[in-house]
Amino acid sequence: MNDKKNRTRSLLVSLLGVCVLGVVLLLVDSFGGMDSYIRGIFMQCCFAVIMATSLNLVMGYLGQIALGHAGFMAVGAYTSALVTKAIGLGIKAGTIAPISNVSQFFIGMLCGALVAALFGLLVGIPALRLRGDYLAIITLGFGEIIRVVIQNLPFAGGKGLANGQAGQALIGIMKMNNIYIIFAVTVVSVAIMLAFVRSKFGRAIIAIREDDIAASSAGLNVTYYKVLTFTVSAFFAGIAGAIYAHRGLGTLQYSDFTFLKSTDYVIMVVLGGMGSMTGSVITAVLLSVLPEMLRAFAQYRMLLYSVILVIMMIFRPIGLFGNYEFSLYHLLLKWFRKKPIEAEQSAAKGGA
Amino acid sequence: MAESILRASNLGISFGGLRALHAFNIDIREGELVGLIGPNGAGKTTVFNLFTGVYKSTEGAFYLHDKLMSGKKTHEIVAAGIARTFQNIRLFKKMTVMENVLIAFTKDIRYGLPGSLLRTAGFWREETAIREKAMDLLSVFNLQDKAGWGAGNLPYGQQRKLEIARALATNAKMLLLDEPAAGMNPTETAELLACINTIRRKFNITILLIEHDMSLVMNICERIVVIDYGEIIAQGLPEEISHDPKVIAAYLGE
Repeated sequence: MNDKKNRTRSLLVSLLGVCVLGVVLLLVDSFGGMDSYIRGIFMQCCFAVIMATSLNLVMGYLGQIALGHAGFMAVGAYTSALVTKAIGLGIKAGTIAPISNVSQFFIGMLCGALVAALFGLLVGIPALRLRGDYLAIITLGFGEIIRVVIQNLPFAGGKGLANGQAGQALIGIMKMNNIYIIFAVTVVSVAIMLAFVRSKFGRAIIAIREDDIAASSAGLNVTYYKVLTFTVSAFFAGIAGAIYAHRGLGTLQYSDFTFLKSTDYVIMVVLGGMGSMTGSVITAVLLSVLPEMLRAFAQYRMLLYSVILVIMMIFRPIGLFGNYEFSLYHLLLKWFRKKPIEAEQSAAKGGA
Repeated sequence: MAESILRASNLGISFGGLRALHAFNIDIREGELVGLIGPNGAGKTTVFNLFTGVYKSTEGAFYLHDKLMSGKKTHEIVAAGIARTFQNIRLFKKMTVMENVLIAFTKDIRYGLPGSLLRTAGFWREETAIREKAMDLLSVFNLQDKAGWGAGNLPYGQQRKLEIARALATNAKMLLLDEPAAGMNPTETAELLACINTIRRKFNITILLIEHDMSLVMNICERIVVIDYGEIIAQGLPEEISHDPKVIAAYLGE
């Protein structure tokens, strides 16, 4: 079938595109364009991209407002940091066979993601019975609870509830600022989420967003798909958290995961277009880089965001990209072919 | 006589103090086309909501092929073989016509999360297979050329048809149609009539339908059940019903 050929080609082109990006990264790096400052911004872009795309699963595709995404990020960050710290200590003490930093990071990341997913499941099962504003408030509450609990956990740098003192930072976290590995993790995460939304799962959750009564009448187990999406989303927030924890500063503070952090990601999703992964990726990068370039106006950032959001809601309520998805393959086809072929365009909608 | 497919015994539901449906008894035989009529607010849609698990009955029970269905969730009832359409069309408006039908196949898809993430051969095989099945089904309704359309852009009559197609795609044995002809002009109604006849023959399906259009009901229904104030006031053949004094009273007032 022609369809299959297109799929393979499209996949290859996408892979090629990613490789080109990787080579660009390598070139910039080897010509000395990557000082620690730029590296920092790059890492920030990476975890912002994962956060925004994973939040988009819940907000854009499932159509539920979630205001506690930073909570899952915190769970992932702390879990992974504690795991890598423990492994590090174990290696020092000789109880664990020495392994490379990279494998330590991956083990920590996976643990962080799984624990975040577990929290997603635990929060999702009761919370997803509610919808709209109610769910928003529940998730907001959850995010705050996580933060306050972490603040008081002795092993997470807090002083414990009994002391009644403000917590401190978790310190001495391993560094993992190899930009290629972080880049790869980001690409794979986004690819997995794209594959997720372009399967029966994505179809089902979009249907639930459109009309949940009709969805259940068409045989969908609405609760299952909702909770699953919430869990997957939390899983990737956990991965973003792991990247954040190991970004090189060596410390984690509970105050890194406030409600404002969650709203940052909500803004990225809304600006980029709910239901467009492309939009989330681009706005995540933009909104991570822009504040750095406009350092002088840093304290006006939230003000600016709100103004942009209001303008957006008036003139383009669907977000920058609506639910458009960028496909390198189709762009190239458009450029190099005289006549667009219909079969290929319909394949773009269904598969790839 | 054919086997019983959908049977309700003493089915009823109360919302607080309001008894919306009471002592509802029905026994639908395989292949039958039964009409459910009654004045506004009589409880017709409540019956459908009970049969599809949207509401949980507070009294009595209903059975599909003698298997207890009451108390089950909507998607479980759909999996067992009861599908419905809605009085106010409920399509996934922003999805394509094709996708609307594909959704109904979701419960039969066997690939899981790993399959969809790794894009295994099984994934593509199933995705291709359900697309072909959906296309076949759409062609029954003459919608095959519009498979790529946004469902919300279809003309009204075709939206109704698509909703029926989606219900059939669940592989239902029992189809509940809630006012399928509502808002249609006479031509569209005639088309719908033909369409219902086709699917009955083709899919060997049993239908219970709610309708206000008396010409449609009298035309195609083999048996009619009339309810008013949540209770059955008459049931029988169309001719009998149209002469039943109780029915006339309910519709026209005493």
